[in-house]
Amino acid sequence: MERSRRNFLKISGICLLGLGVKPVVHALAKNEQPQILPGPDAMTAKRWAMVVDTKKCVDDCRDCIDACHQTHNVPDFGNPKDEIKWIWHEYYGHAFPGQEHEYEAEEIERKPFMVLCNHCDNPPCVRVCPVQATWKRSDGIVMMDYHRCIGCRCCMAACPYGSRSFNWRDPRPYIKETNPEYPTRTKGVAEKCTFCVERLAVGLMPACVEACKHGALVFGALDEPDSPIREILRSNFTLRRKPELGTRPQVYYIV
Amino acid sequence: MYDGGKIVVGLVVFIGVVTFPLWYRQASGEALRAPEPKIVTDAKECVAPTDYMRASHQAMLNEWRDLVVRDGMRVYVAFNGQEHEMSLSNTCMKCHPNKVEFCDQCHNYIGVVPYCWDCHIEPKESN
Ligand code: HEC
Ligand code: HEC
Ligand code: HEC
Repeated sequence: MERSRRNFLKISGICLLGLGVKPVVHALAKNEQPQILPGPDAMTAKRWAMVVDTKKCVDDCRDCIDACHQTHNVPDFGNPKDEIKWIWHEYYGHAFPGQEHEYEAEEIERKPFMVLCNHCDNPPCVRVCPVQATWKRSDGIVMMDYHRCIGCRCCMAACPYGSRSFNWRDPRPYIKETNPEYPTRTKGVAEKCTFCVERLAVGLMPACVEACKHGALVFGALDEPDSPIREILRSNFTLRRKPELGTRPQVYYIV
Repeated sequence: MYDGGKIVVGLVVFIGVVTFPLWYRQASGEALRAPEPKIVTDAKECVAPTDYMRASHQAMLNEWRDLVVRDGMRVYVAFNGQEHEMSLSNTCMKCHPNKVEFCDQCHNYIGVVPYCWDCHIEPKESN
């Protein structure tokens, strides 16, 4: 073909027309594609958080722990060295180190404090994970992808709250009652509380919150000024664990 | 050629031994058996066209896994408009509860062992 300016312009014009066709074809083809949705009942927020009202906690109550560990197939190895913890009891001096003193009220000293992953705003575990198996979601939940975990345990070293546990052994034989709806973990991965993302996704409150008969655990959206959790934070003096470390924890305690 | 007969016989035996893995299965008829996954559900259609499922279900499962765990998406509206929760144990295995007669039929045949069952809970088989 003769290489003239006229021909060049013609071909350019046809090519440009072709570009215009692409979105049309795309739109037509899309109709047959499957759709991906978050689920009709999913609860959403810009920032989830929890308040633990330790005044309402009853001394020997384990309802929240049992509910959580049952729902998520958390094993009980029966020895503290291998223990897997999502939510557990800690004593005052351990939960709030530096705050304790010799003349503490006996009640505070004896009382177990519920502790769990703080879903920090500035989570050190996320910074150190070499494979992005853990990350902060847009709603503030520090999520964990067990599929991607390589078991390096950097997150455990980074977490100042001991909220991460490692599966040194196969957990399956140590799970009393298996919940078939939720996967177990396997030897060689780290695990922790995920604020029950799988329950929030179907419109349910976290298992521990639902199980607490005394209303000691309150879960909600910090970004909504009228939410119950904001009301509680407004009207009570609250503490956070080790705030001086700059992790900006999002589990608040009424002591 | 010295000892021509011996050399030829030797060569034939050698080639026979070396190619043994190639023809043995053909000759024994074992390779001709195709796996026969057994479908027990009353449903007529899978979550995608059957051809696609047969060839690409492993890719689809990976996609589902990332969508659920990393993107927080949970619902899959299939090609036929059916809605499914994107879940291995709670969706696939509800329609295909016979893992041994279904999934494992194919997987044993080609020798893949999905490690998913280290964590995801297998359905209880009735037999
Ligand atoms: C609603 C019920 C249902 C669900 C859910 C379902 N399947 Fe199926 N599946 C079927 C049916 C019915 C067929 C057979 C379709 C046919 O015969 O054309 C099938 C066929 C298949 C096949 C092809 C079998 C063959 O003979 O080649 C594979 C592989 C498969 N399914 C895997 C899966 C996986 C993996 C999942 C989860 C992502 C899944 N299925 C979820 C009903 C279901
Ligand atoms: C029609 C035969 C067939 C059936 C039925 C089938 N699979 Fe598969 N599956 C395969 C083949 C073939 C591969 C290997 C594909 C490859 O490696 O490219 C595979 C691979 C996989 C993988 C990836 C394994 C790996 O290590 O990469 C997973 C996961 C899987 N299948 C899940 C399932 C589940 C769950 C079911 C039952 C609901 C099922 N498959 C039923 C043929 C089948
Ligand atoms: C280390 C343990 C582990 C292994 C191994 C594992 N998973 Fe998972 N998987 C999980 C956990 C835990 C979840 C989170 C469930 C949730 O949030 O609802 C999950 C979620 C999923 C989901 C979405 C939710 C659901 O209920 O199924 C899919 C799909 C999935 N995994 C697919 C796979 C496939 C395919 C494999 C094998 C190739 C695999 N997983 C191997 C632990 C594991």
